[in-house]
Amino acid sequence: MILLQVVVGGLLLGAVYALFSSGLTLIWGMMNVVNFAHGDFVMLAMYVAFLGYTVLGLGPAWFIPLAAAVMFLFGLLVYFALIRHVSRGPMLAQILSTFGLALLLRYSAFWVFSANFVTLPDTLVGGNFAIGGLRLQASRLVAGATALLLTIGLDLLLTRTALGGRLLAVAEDRAAAQLVGIRPDRMQALAWGIGAASTGIAGGLIALFFYISPTVGESLALIAFVTVCLGGFGSVPGALLAGLAIGVIESLSAYLIGPVYQDVVVYALFVLVLWVRPQGLLGRA
Amino acid sequence: MSRRFTALVVVAVLLAAPLLLGNAFLQRVAALVMLAAISASAWNLIGGYAGQVSIGHAVFFGAGAYSALLVYKLTDWPPIAGAPVGVAVSLLLACVIGLPTFRLRGHYFSMATIAVAELIRIVVSNWQFVGAAVGLMGPAVPRSLADLSFLSPLPYFYLFAAVLAVLLFLTWQMQRSRMGFYLGAIRAGERAALSLGVPVLRYKLLALLLSAGFTALAGSLYAVMVGFVDAESALGILISVQMVIIAALGGAGTLFGPLLGAAILIPLQETTNALFGGGGTGLTYIVYGAIILLIARFRPGGLLELLHWRRRRVA
Repeated sequence: MILLQVVVGGLLLGAVYALFSSGLTLIWGMMNVVNFAHGDFVMLAMYVAFLGYTVLGLGPAWFIPLAAAVMFLFGLLVYFALIRHVSRGPMLAQILSTFGLALLLRYSAFWVFSANFVTLPDTLVGGNFAIGGLRLQASRLVAGATALLLTIGLDLLLTRTALGGRLLAVAEDRAAAQLVGIRPDRMQALAWGIGAASTGIAGGLIALFFYISPTVGESLALIAFVTVCLGGFGSVPGALLAGLAIGVIESLSAYLIGPVYQDVVVYALFVLVLWVRPQGLLGRA
Repeated sequence: MSRRFTALVVVAVLLAAPLLLGNAFLQRVAALVMLAAISASAWNLIGGYAGQVSIGHAVFFGAGAYSALLVYKLTDWPPIAGAPVGVAVSLLLACVIGLPTFRLRGHYFSMATIAVAELIRIVVSNWQFVGAAVGLMGPAVPRSLADLSFLSPLPYFYLFAAVLAVLLFLTWQMQRSRMGFYLGAIRAGERAALSLGVPVLRYKLLALLLSAGFTALAGSLYAVMVGFVDAESALGILISVQMVIIAALGGAGTLFGPLLGAAILIPLQETTNALFGGGGTGLTYIVYGAIILLIARFRPGGLLELLHWRRRRVA
């Protein structure tokens, strides 16, 4: 029974992983650029949520959309000020640009918010559910369910709407998309906006049940990399499956081996995947 | 002829400068510049010349640093005796990491190196045998000259400068040899290089081995000078990042780029640390982040490129 509890907990966490990872995979799919600052985007969103609560006195139903909106704009800003100029340049420049951004965000947060952990009060989405012998924290349940729905929503947006079609067209072939009247620049900017907004919502959701600190993005970034690699670069359904799987694997290894080694297991899995199947579970070679 | 003469004068002035400074803080900074230049130049072999952007070189640095103090702890030999062990471990690690990850291109390689480095950092910081969270200490009091424990930073400066000179000489030779051209071809386009008959995997591995060996040596020298090592100071991601930033600032894939980068960044870092104390570390990395972002955005070739560009315009 404890094992089932652990697995369900892992699935709920994994759904949130899937949400922000699908943002990373969207950006990668659109323009073959890895956002090394993706974890720090989540960190930033967590602080936006925190400020939304403490300064503006907003509840979760407001500060999570706020974080999404702020991050959407931030994603556009990053695209127009930075990514657009390096995306055609040497690979070193691409890697350095988002890596520099990661350092800048992480240590600016140190400067502004200090290294101390902060948390939102856990009564914000309080209470526990008991379902058939399982005890679930309401905050985690809400976070997991919201993230799951939004990730599926993002996939539907990409595959079922005209806008999604335009996005995927640019991902498929930039020049051909341009020929049929799609502006690749706009679509890529939008991908950065959506990708960042996914970290905004995920950050707001994680803040409901997790501590907030400037360095929290470091391990989240690696989790996003693992998820994207495992699911296949550019695949949102892949990211969803992989995110859920990683949530479960992490929870199980924390329970069976010890919490210290949960990251070790995940990173080792990452290296193994890169070794055995670099294109991921659902990715194309 | 005159260019060679100018170069000699520059080198002589650089070597004599710390003697003339007579200020222990500045001498220490000079020694640290040399040390950072060694590890960044070593990174440059694989990251710059071969274009394989590793963000996990702390693994090799840490192997060198830990080996030095572990050999001292186990055998009571001088820490520097651990340097060959560190290099050997590093070469082994380079094979283990390089063979699988070299099949990956571009960003994949960078992500894999980060993951491996973080993996090893977490394992080491929980491993009692290598000091776990506490770390390892060198000899508290120097027992003989072989401990290489000096009060003045000057001996370190000259030791590091000598190692750097060897590394730069090897790099220079490599640059002019067949290997230099092969690596250039690999950097420009791996598939194209492969189709032209360049043994891509072999030369990438060779570059990584050279790079890993010298990075480990830098790690050992660091441990000998500081006399203390723990997971954060030897294996932390910021150690890897520092090598990348220094090389990229000066000019990745150029002979003197890393030295130039170190000469700019290390004094900056030491000054902010001295001015702001412990809190300066955060500020240092804000500056680091801003610099690396600006280079990537405006001058991806590094500062040295600026210099060459101007010279060509004048000529």
